[in-house]
Amino acid sequence: MTRNQIYGWPAVLAVIIFAGLLSALFGDGAWDAISWVLLFVPLGVIVACLLRPLKKRNSTL
Amino acid sequence: MMNARTVRTWYRLHKWTSLICTVFLLIACITGLPLVFSDELNDLLQPHVHPASLPASAPVASLDRMVEQTRAIYPMLHPFALGWDDDEPRIFVSMTPVPDPKPSDLHVVIFDAHTGRKLEQPNNLNSVTTFLLRLHRELFLDLPGELFMGVMALCFVISLISGALVYGPFMRRLRFGTYRTQGVARTRWFDLHNLVGIITLAWTLVVGATGVMNALSIPLFNLWRAQTLPALLAPYRGKPLPNHLAPVDVAVDTAAKALPGMEISSVLFPNPVFGSPRHYVVWTRGKTAVTSRLFTPALIDAEHGTLTVARALPWYLRTIEVSRPLHFGDYGGLPLKIIWALLDVMTILVLVSGVYLWVSKRNTPVANELDQMIAMERLEAVR
Repeated sequence: MTRNQIYGWPAVLAVIIFAGLLSALFGDGAWDAISWVLLFVPLGVIVACLLRPLKKRNSTL
Repeated sequence: MMNARTVRTWYRLHKWTSLICTVFLLIACITGLPLVFSDELNDLLQPHVHPASLPASAPVASLDRMVEQTRAIYPMLHPFALGWDDDEPRIFVSMTPVPDPKPSDLHVVIFDAHTGRKLEQPNNLNSVTTFLLRLHRELFLDLPGELFMGVMALCFVISLISGALVYGPFMRRLRFGTYRTQGVARTRWFDLHNLVGIITLAWTLVVGATGVMNALSIPLFNLWRAQTLPALLAPYRGKPLPNHLAPVDVAVDTAAKALPGMEISSVLFPNPVFGSPRHYVVWTRGKTAVTSRLFTPALIDAEHGTLTVARALPWYLRTIEVSRPLHFGDYGGLPLKIIWALLDVMTILVLVSGVYLWVSKRNTPVANELDQMIAMERLEAVR
């Protein structure tokens, strides 16, 4: 795999996290809500990665 | 891509910086978990008397009356500071026996900011959160402990960066987010460490770096004080300390006029250790989401209540002030705090899996793969 393939998704996630961190810093209300959504993305991705092998196993049964 | 030797160097750096800071990072992460919810915990564990519900525009009661009442309660102590509550119109008057009190030396009486009525006199300020914060910030060792934790945070940042650099070589044959549950346990932990570590990297970097900055805040503040104060105190040289202080109300009024558009956050009484022996230090802050993090001090001549200087802090202290919420996660309501706690748990997961990988290191895929890479490079060199 090339460097871009390896670091592509991590880079996208880093941008999402930075945007989420700054969003709540520079405003209240809607800005807070945007930051909740953005910062929830990495947590969702972790859960999806950890559940993937489980799903695969179930589908082969 | 990096050659195998560079990878090995980064890998060693990642391993050693991680090993140095892991125990302290675990302490920080575990105590940090409840500390994210400090406000909620304090409300729950220490219910307080609420002030009268008046419009925010209602006039503020006399601060001098509050100080007088507090003096009557603690006649042996000296006024130390006034503090404005962030959330409710409450004013904290703190008294001290010595000029350089520890938090445990202070005695506090809380007043209603609008009515001036005494609300309560908490006799135990050492709450659970204070205990956790002291462990988290300084291992109960005051400034040396705080600087030590700063160095540990720096180790953590270096380990994150070197970890991200070795992530690439280790993932050359794996898809992003690979998590192999079959096979040896070590593979599973290796995948977990990699995927959780790289996904949360930006957050851990920010919290780690702001942790380093927070640890530097006391020395940097003292530096600024040492640079600023002598010039301001020069005109008073040789004059005795004033017997009578100007009213606090006058000092606060002067500061408010000098810094329009700011709100008062706290007042430090004349103090040779933390502030100035000749001045009230009135701390003010802005009113918007960002500027409310930026504090600007006004120094008010303690004898005459006149303005000496009101000027913004230098860039390095302002940077620390703005970055502070990025460490605490307390700037976007309860949902952000919950996300902060979950990301903290993820960090604990990365730490624990890292320790596991190190403990079970003998003849491991990681070391093998590295040796393979080195060997391949040698072969290529021979050709």
